[in-house]
Amino acid sequence: MTDKPKPRLADMSRRDGRPLIHIENDDLMPLPAPLNDPARERPWTPLSPQAVERYECALDDTCAVSVPKPATRAEEDALVGKFLAGLEKLFTRENNWTFLQPLVLSMEHCAKCQTCAEACHVFEASGRNELYRPTYRSEIVRRLYFKYVKHGGLLSAWQHGDVKVNWPLVARLIELSYRCNICRRCAQTCPIGVDNGLIAHELRKLFSQEMGIAAKELHETGSMLQLKVGSSTGMSAEVVKDNIQFIDEETSERTGVKVETPWDVEGADVLLIHNAGEILAWPENPGAFALVLTAAGISWTLSSELAGYDSINYGLWYDDVQLARVAVKHAEAAKKLKVKKIVLGECGHAHKALSVIADRVLTGDLNIPRESSLTLLRDIVMNGHLKLDPSRNDFPVTLHDPCNLVRLMGVVEPQREVVRAICPKFREMEPHGVDNYCCGGGSGFAIMSGHNFPDWRFHVSGRKKLQQILGAFADCLDPSIPKYLCAPCSNCKGQFRDMLAYYDLWEQNRILYGGLVELIVNAMTDVTPGFIEWEWH
Amino acid sequence: MTALIYVVISASALVFVVATAVRAVGYARAPLHLRWELYPVPHEAPDRAAHGGSYFETLDWWTHPTHFNVVGELKAMLAEMLFLKALREFNVRLWRRSFPFHFGLYLLFGTVVLVLGAAVTTLVAPAVLAGSFGATLDVLTRVIGGAGLALTIAGALGLLHRRLTDEDLRPYTTAGDLFNLAAFIGALGVLAVGLLLRPADAPGVHAVAVGLLRWDTSVQVPGVLAAGLALAALLLAYIPFTHMSHFVGKYFTYHAVRWDDAINTRGGAMERRLAEYLAYRPTWSAPHVRADGVRTWADVATTNPTEGAKR
Repeated sequence: MTDKPKPRLADMSRRDGRPLIHIENDDLMPLPAPLNDPARERPWTPLSPQAVERYECALDDTCAVSVPKPATRAEEDALVGKFLAGLEKLFTRENNWTFLQPLVLSMEHCAKCQTCAEACHVFEASGRNELYRPTYRSEIVRRLYFKYVKHGGLLSAWQHGDVKVNWPLVARLIELSYRCNICRRCAQTCPIGVDNGLIAHELRKLFSQEMGIAAKELHETGSMLQLKVGSSTGMSAEVVKDNIQFIDEETSERTGVKVETPWDVEGADVLLIHNAGEILAWPENPGAFALVLTAAGISWTLSSELAGYDSINYGLWYDDVQLARVAVKHAEAAKKLKVKKIVLGECGHAHKALSVIADRVLTGDLNIPRESSLTLLRDIVMNGHLKLDPSRNDFPVTLHDPCNLVRLMGVVEPQREVVRAICPKFREMEPHGVDNYCCGGGSGFAIMSGHNFPDWRFHVSGRKKLQQILGAFADCLDPSIPKYLCAPCSNCKGQFRDMLAYYDLWEQNRILYGGLVELIVNAMTDVTPGFIEWEWH
Repeated sequence: MTALIYVVISASALVFVVATAVRAVGYARAPLHLRWELYPVPHEAPDRAAHGGSYFETLDWWTHPTHFNVVGELKAMLAEMLFLKALREFNVRLWRRSFPFHFGLYLLFGTVVLVLGAAVTTLVAPAVLAGSFGATLDVLTRVIGGAGLALTIAGALGLLHRRLTDEDLRPYTTAGDLFNLAAFIGALGVLAVGLLLRPADAPGVHAVAVGLLRWDTSVQVPGVLAAGLALAALLLAYIPFTHMSHFVGKYFTYHAVRWDDAINTRGGAMERRLAEYLAYRPTWSAPHVRADGVRTWADVATTNPTEGAKR
């Protein structure tokens, strides 16, 4: 590891326009075999000169948000003014009743013990780079809070530390708010309960709700597109129906079981909402759901209402207003169909957004029960609704715990009961369950691919998970043994698809990824064997 | 001089209580926030709490009665409060310094209770303390108080040493942080020296407490002990104005955030509170929010910012 100067808090205000850090592969946390071979490590793509010239890229080696550089000092000052106005709003009940209490608590009670840093996969994987220490970001915000919200004077600066606000600091803070997966593993270990993930979340919110600045993939082509056409994939209801029909035909052909997805069935017991990304990227997942629910005799339907066929809710990661709008759309679709419950497909953030966070947004007749598909699948599998032959899944399987489903929602055992029942070679990652590590694509990173950002998320934010995966399969890395990484979350699957390909782990070591429901169909004795196709997709 | 000590002690105690209460009430009166819990939640049913599960693991969970495992929550609370369980689990190096510091403070708090109890008893029923009970109480107070002082000072020294030498902590350590630890070492150190140097026939802590309750300014408190008591009292008054008041914050971070999985039910009390918040008028400026200070949260949340665009 190279010995480099650590960025100081004051460096955030530097006007030289240069990044505060630069990471080489040698700096990173070492990986186990087979990625302990330097030949298998990938070089980083540098930011293009055009990107550096045009956008605010003065934080580190990458650029997630692409904030255009202000042309004049007056523009800079105006942006700083907006930032400070937003900061004040973040601490008023009228503007931020949604998170005011936890935010104030996290501002006022950090003991700066750094226990959180040891729990952070980004910090550890980066080779303990100071910039990625959870408290680096939080400490800047905390100092801003005491200076500009509490209007502390010299005594406050002496007690809490001072900070110099200028546009370079704000611009770097925008980027830095997108270097945290908001997995909240740090908050779980904090002896006091301070939440650095929340602080990153609230920063993103300030930038979005006050300054109109957010990662394009989350806002413009994310929640805005979803509210415009119904899905962040850009699919209208008609296109989705066409795609699902194709998936039904494909699934029927592959399995030998007739599958027909019901649409807009009024009075159905279950409104199933998939992450629409599954329909395009992993069609076998909605196909498998259709087959399992039908075979189990469940009364279910999909909805063609606006946003009713796409469970994603990117507002969870950056904007409370957008979160509420999309949650209301989901609930309205269920209300219109008079279903008994909404069941969320294999998408972690959709679970968290609609089941947990939106619980205090949806009132009256919009408060329709929401359930995890993992819980429903567990019931179907464990209560004998399907004929299953575990020997069909006789290959090594490990299970990834999506943070939003597990640590942040408490759905821990249903998926385990299923894989234990139908996967004889199941092995856990360590640590797992509520102590899991993020896939590295959390909080929107998995869909953010601007500039060289993927290099950062594969080298840094995904590295700890990569270490866990390789550890779980350490005894069977030989490419003659196909291995299955079960990730019941679209966002996590997106990260695994890209990261496993980046490190060539399918070609070289035969590590495949996929969802949970596919394993169930693969074990069904009533279907043609081989539902899981050992092909890269 | 003695009157001044009484004033400092009384005023400091009052400031501590009032400032702590103001802080606690401030947190308690904050709006109910969106759910942001972290699992494990110890008041979940024991079979689920063991692996960090929630009621979402139950099929049709809303048709089952909610389970609030009081014993589980109490066990988690006590382990955290008394033994700093999370710190021990995740940062044992710091725990070795922090635990004696905090446990020492608990002992000192216990000592204050014993001293005040004995002083009140002296005033209202002195006979109670005349026999072996009084002697035992005196020994107990000395042992607990002595241990409390020793542990707190040793812990504070350890924490200060770590703050000054650990390169992970140093960049985040402010002058105020160092002062806070030094204040504990200084104030309690002077108090300890005052107690140790006190002549056998001079008034001790018990006599000062009785004198305070009687407002008897004739009590001749030895100088160093008087300084120690005054400094300790001032330190007490200072705590609520710093992040050291995390004993208040921690209650809320655990009970009102990490463990708050309370469900919003149709027509319930929570829904009435939420209705109040949905009538708030936000002023966020970004165009997509469509807030103008007049429209309510309910209006904003049901507005489609793309409306007018073709589907």
